[in-house]
Amino acid sequence: MADQVLCFTDRGIYCPAGDFHIDPWRPVDRALITHGHADHARPGHARYLATEPAAPVIRHRLGEITLDTIRFGERRRIGGVTVSFHPAGHVPGSAQIRVEVGGEVWVASGDYKLESDGLSEPFEPVRCHSFITECTFGLPVFTWAPQAQVAAELNAWWRDSVAADRTPVLGAYSLGKAQRLLAMLDVEIGPILTHGAVETTTQVLRDQGLHLPRTHHVTPELDPKDFPGALVLAPPAALGSDWMRRFGAVSTGFASGWMRMRGVRRRRAADRGFVVSDHADWPALNRTIAETGAENIYATHGYTDIFARWLRDQGYNASVVPTEFGSDDAEDGSA
Amino acid sequence: MKSFAALFNAIDRTTRTKEKTAALTAYLREVPDTEKLWTVALFTGRRPRRAVTTTQLREWAAERAGLPLWLLEESYPIVGDLAETIALILPPPGRATDLPLSHWIAQLQRLHDLPPEARKDQILDAWDQLDATERLLFNKLITGGFRIGVSQKLMTRAIAAALGRDEAEIALRLMGKWRADTTTWHALIEAEDAEADASRPYPFYLAYQLDAAPEDLGASDDWQAEWKWDGIRGQLVLRGGTHHLWSRGEELMTERFPEFSRALDFLPDGTVLDGEVLAWDNGPLPFGTLQKRIGRKTVPKKLLAEVPVVLVAYDLLEHEGRDMRAEPLSTRRAALDDLLDQTPAEAPLRLSRPIAFDTWQALAEIRATARDERAEGVMLKRLDSPYLSGRKKGDWWKWKLDPLTVDAVMIYAQQGHGRRANLFTDFTFAVWSGNQLVPFTKAYSGLTDEEFRQITVWVRKNTQQRFGPVRQVKPHHVFEIAFEGIHASPRHKSGIALRFPRMSRWRRDKPLDEANTLDDLKALLASYG
Repeated sequence: MADQVLCFTDRGIYCPAGDFHIDPWRPVDRALITHGHADHARPGHARYLATEPAAPVIRHRLGEITLDTIRFGERRRIGGVTVSFHPAGHVPGSAQIRVEVGGEVWVASGDYKLESDGLSEPFEPVRCHSFITECTFGLPVFTWAPQAQVAAELNAWWRDSVAADRTPVLGAYSLGKAQRLLAMLDVEIGPILTHGAVETTTQVLRDQGLHLPRTHHVTPELDPKDFPGALVLAPPAALGSDWMRRFGAVSTGFASGWMRMRGVRRRRAADRGFVVSDHADWPALNRTIAETGAENIYATHGYTDIFARWLRDQGYNASVVPTEFGSDDAEDGSA
Repeated sequence: MKSFAALFNAIDRTTRTKEKTAALTAYLREVPDTEKLWTVALFTGRRPRRAVTTTQLREWAAERAGLPLWLLEESYPIVGDLAETIALILPPPGRATDLPLSHWIAQLQRLHDLPPEARKDQILDAWDQLDATERLLFNKLITGGFRIGVSQKLMTRAIAAALGRDEAEIALRLMGKWRADTTTWHALIEAEDAEADASRPYPFYLAYQLDAAPEDLGASDDWQAEWKWDGIRGQLVLRGGTHHLWSRGEELMTERFPEFSRALDFLPDGTVLDGEVLAWDNGPLPFGTLQKRIGRKTVPKKLLAEVPVVLVAYDLLEHEGRDMRAEPLSTRRAALDDLLDQTPAEAPLRLSRPIAFDTWQALAEIRATARDERAEGVMLKRLDSPYLSGRKKGDWWKWKLDPLTVDAVMIYAQQGHGRRANLFTDFTFAVWSGNQLVPFTKAYSGLTDEEFRQITVWVRKNTQQRFGPVRQVKPHHVFEIAFEGIHASPRHKSGIALRFPRMSRWRRDKPLDEANTLDDLKALLASYG
């Protein structure tokens, strides 16, 4: 293991030649962070390195940390290693991390998606010898419809709910998914109200120059009656909570890749499930792996056993990365 | 198929009964009679004859999707539904059509006359012109099981509303062994003088669990008490010189229990009894004994002699050809007593005798002895109540004994499927035998969604070994397992089997070595088995 460019330890992905970790889940000296989601950017590290557009959210979430930034594509030496960050298309600022030691190239994908959402820097495939890929949705049952089609469903639901005198409340993770949905919503239908968790993250991203529609933060003083025809955007945990009561009769919606499965839609007990994911679907995973040109594939996060077996069938040298999931529940997180 | 798919989506999307009923009512007002008939048939579990096997479906779907079969097989338990798995992996359709539901059913029925290769061509051709929801429904026509939260009650209400008819009458018409391909909507639902099907049972009345104190029910002398038997609920219909035995799930059990062919020797034609099918030998035998009979469609002579069954009757729904359900329980019981009091011991019929009691307190003491009677507790029924249909609160209560419990150690975990895909929900539990942990039961239910989420995170971190989908986990967590009965079972390593095991509590307070032992279980077996 010690000879590998990247290896897998009980703290996460480790680079011995550069003495740093990627998205570690226990405190380390130097952490390279792919993006700001809680299961990737954890507190307690001595030094952080992330892309410039990922930094504001990470600072906002982790508070006073020692955070250095890097531009997409910029090459930097750490010990005997050259590292660079490349767009992963997952959320604004999210990166794949390329690590090169003596001509051997590894890439850790972090989370990624191929379809352009209009906000995140579009995904770029990176040629490498070894590719550590997420496979949250690494089963052939997961294929996503084009964003425009889901946007139409979403807006139809908004209109129908208003017509039925119900306030649509849409649950979505506050970093990435929420802003993507904002961009998909048709503001001609009505105003958009936001839960505090969504609003603050949205504001951080607006401040760094992202163009997003106007939202109204739901404070105790705000009277929903002043916003007829509104749609409410809130984190998943707010669905069904006391906080939601102020809107009276509601229709709840939830946006996630897991909504592709009827069983999960039913467990969610939301009125509507919308299949919107910030992760690669099955065709995108396979296409990406082919485009990296990598021979060695390490599957992490998701249906790793099944996905690795499929890749071995396709002639790759594929194996499973042992992952400690901590409190991460992909379904409640960024999926 | 588009209007049926739209109906399915409308029902599947909501958990509100009112919205489901409204969607179904509107649909029934819109579509032609053949579509109505098949929709109602499918929602009551009646499906067309199976023309292709699920094995063939899997193979054809994998081939069409360009995937190895094993990958479909691995995806299936995660999705939790074969029809859906296939609908999800197939490539998008090449063309769009809108042929009615009855067209697809007729086409499936014609497949029987075709050679296998032609069947395959037709299925592939169907997949190529249906969208995702339509494909799911088409596949369901073959695999069966339209479980989409449409209860019999909901459907009855929607049909009654769509036609402006009485709910009770519709409920009665939907019971029994009709088939969509041998009847018409008119004959089933509308025909004024439709000859009542001699086999047709009445909708069952279902009791609620009594959670409060019985004192809350009012004066004890308004109530009848009897044992709550641990068998299979059954309705024995004797009409037109024939007999039919129905389960609560509206399954015809006549052939499974040939004992009842003799019922007409002892009871007059025009009699319908509600009661409990029990294995019986001078008294009820344990449920585990009855289980030997349940799975068998045809019964070997030896088993028939070893495990004879009777109907322990507790209600009379039809007497001398007259519907008795509107009569008060006291009247129905008096007539039932008269009918059954004189039947000889060889008759497959027993009377569920009321328990005499003066006060609620006295009844509570009698209830405590239920296990000695091989009963699960007592039933309370209001003496002046009519026989209602479905689960309605107020007149019938089941007052069960507290379950038996043991504290056990979780040793294996497996992910759930369907609604619980991605969560570890299926666990194997063990008790101590010396310093060994011996598995003795599985349990799937009883925890909250939040607890399942917590244990899922723990299982991921504490997996010691994988056997396919099963993970061996570090012995650490103790759960209280509640169950209704215990019996000896040579098929299980521990030698025992439990009835209705579930997790009643997560004993985070309990250290591993304080879990129960195999000897504790054997002691329970000796007392209650």
